Amino acid sequence: MTDKKEISREKEKWEKTTLKKVTDRFPEMKDEFTTGSWLPIKRLYTPADRKADNYLENLGFPGQYPFTRGVQPTMYRGRYWTMRQYAGFGTAKETNERYKYLLDQGQTGLSVAFDLPTQIGIDSDHSLSIGEVGKVGVAIDSLKDMELLFEGIPLDKVSTSMTINAPASVLLAFYIAVAEKQGVSKDQLRGTLQNDILKEYVARGTYIFPPEPSLRLITDIFEYCGKEVPKFNTISISGYHIREAGSTAVQEVAFTIADGIEYVKAALDAGLDINKFGRRLSFFFNAHNDLMEEIAKFRAARRIWAKIMKDKFGATNEKAMRLRFHTQTGGSTLTAQQPNNNIVRVAIQTLAAVLGGTQSLHTNSRDEALGLPTEKSVQIALRTQQIVAEESGVTNTVDPLAGSYYIENLTDTIEEKVFEYLDKIEELGGMGQAIEKGYIQKQIQDSAYKYQREIEEKERVVVGVNKYQTEEEPPDDILKVDPELRNQQMDKLEKVKEERDSKKVQKSLQSLEKAAASDENLMPYILEAARNYATLGEICDVMRNEFGEYQESIVL
Amino acid sequence: MAKKTRILMAKPGLDGHDRGAKYIARALKDQGYEVIYTGIRQTPESIVQTALQEDVDFVGLSLLSGAHNELFPKIVELLRENDAEDIIVFGGGVIPEQDIPVLKEKGVKAVFTPGTPIDEVVDFIEEHTKT
Repeated sequence: MTDKKEISREKEKWEKTTLKKVTDRFPEMKDEFTTGSWLPIKRLYTPADRKADNYLENLGFPGQYPFTRGVQPTMYRGRYWTMRQYAGFGTAKETNERYKYLLDQGQTGLSVAFDLPTQIGIDSDHSLSIGEVGKVGVAIDSLKDMELLFEGIPLDKVSTSMTINAPASVLLAFYIAVAEKQGVSKDQLRGTLQNDILKEYVARGTYIFPPEPSLRLITDIFEYCGKEVPKFNTISISGYHIREAGSTAVQEVAFTIADGIEYVKAALDAGLDINKFGRRLSFFFNAHNDLMEEIAKFRAARRIWAKIMKDKFGATNEKAMRLRFHTQTGGSTLTAQQPNNNIVRVAIQTLAAVLGGTQSLHTNSRDEALGLPTEKSVQIALRTQQIVAEESGVTNTVDPLAGSYYIENLTDTIEEKVFEYLDKIEELGGMGQAIEKGYIQKQIQDSAYKYQREIEEKERVVVGVNKYQTEEEPPDDILKVDPELRNQQMDKLEKVKEERDSKKVQKSLQSLEKAAASDENLMPYILEAARNYATLGEICDVMRNEFGEYQESIVL
Repeated sequence: MAKKTRILMAKPGLDGHDRGAKYIARALKDQGYEVIYTGIRQTPESIVQTALQEDVDFVGLSLLSGAHNELFPKIVELLRENDAEDIIVFGGGVIPEQDIPVLKEKGVKAVFTPGTPIDEVVDFIEEHTKT
């Protein structure tokens, strides 16, 4: 094999001869090239750019530590990723119809979008719910709504992902209660709870309680599911929203993994076994337009997490070291201008996720910068995944870009930079402290600001926005949620309250209150209240009284 | 010298997507305006209260959840009730084109949709600043 020194020597020669002849006459477009996240890029990568050329240690084989090449040995040769479109709007009944449509179109898993009142644990009749009911997701007030949401969908046959954080335990309880009514036992349930509160404090904003009780609720879910709902992914540690808030690719991975470290610490403190709960941790990342950087990002994330679980936390079961992840294409990359261009962006991002080895994927619809997606747009988004899966050929071999000098160099670089951040966060006293001090928020905002300035200065091109603009007619087929929806939802809620056994409700809420003041696992109490048709708002109010509410620290 | 133009950037409703609001706040600050940012999940009442207390000239609203038709006009109305209709309200976020004329009719002076350059917002502020 040619050695690195010789390659470097030959490269220098090439630079002085062949290259120079061209650049003297035709200079390159820029002095410096970078990735979408400002990592410097060389003109050309060669084997001399590999930092440590230790194949077995750094790359290895898919399905084995350090999982750089993938979490399963056969990857998409065995089965494609789960095509899972995040959906939900209006009432449970409307959303149920959309789910049945998606399943009918070949989608393989469900993903529930809840409206904002549901996400912050208030009912539709709360004054803060005005204007928000059914808007960004489906409105769920009680078990009744959840029954309608999954009517005719056998819960032992689908896997369901729920984007729910602060009140995750309550929505999980509703889900279990629906399964009970369908005659499906808990150990048959498959799916994922987002259940990641730390990123809500820095990026997404749907927190309710302060960090400490929130972490307790999370570890209660880990423990409960470990025993009762063993096939459920108990958390989806999410970088998606951190990236949407404007972070770089490196920051996305670094802060997500730092959140992961915090959850592992909390679970260990609660006395749980890392080899058990570690297997049910899952992750959620964004896919942006810089194809190579994104692919390298996913590969680096897998290797970093494996190292941390093994070296830092002493996991011995390899399954507890695997970083399994869901991907969503980048919402913030969609443009309101020339919305059909978004189909192309989403296709590139889909490739990034698949070449990066994702386990499941949501592709955004072209019209999501304008409002809720129409059925037609959702179909194109799903077809994009199906074309990549069944026509592009990239699924035929595992981790096809491994060994690319550029990809491996980027993977190494991202890993190195992520570990630098992790050290810095450790120095600050861990992720809890780093968030409290505003460090994470500031890092994200500085990147977001820089990014937007570049667009304003036209240093960063966004096709249709700051280059190649055209005059356009506003699209007319925007999906609208009926403004009367809140009233309908309130009527339904009132009816539930009339029909339920209010003594049972009160009793189960009182038991929950007592348990919340102790250190008992809250899941069984929440489940009992859910079965009795206590509402989401009532259950969360009990916990609000006990735990208090989080106040945002504003960092600008 | 005339007093500096004061702008309140506010997030009504429940959505936590504050990237846009924070960008506009910071960019306007860089342009030399005095900018106050409320943080997320503010009620119309608390936004109006802050606007009055801080004696601002403009209130910029950012909302991505779709609740703008209910919440933006409510803020204009509350300002009027408090004899503060001279405070100019503008907004932005994921706002369908069809909703913009309705919002303007109800007293929202301008709506800036995704992709608007900051210069347009600055021009708007300059144009509507009392001299």
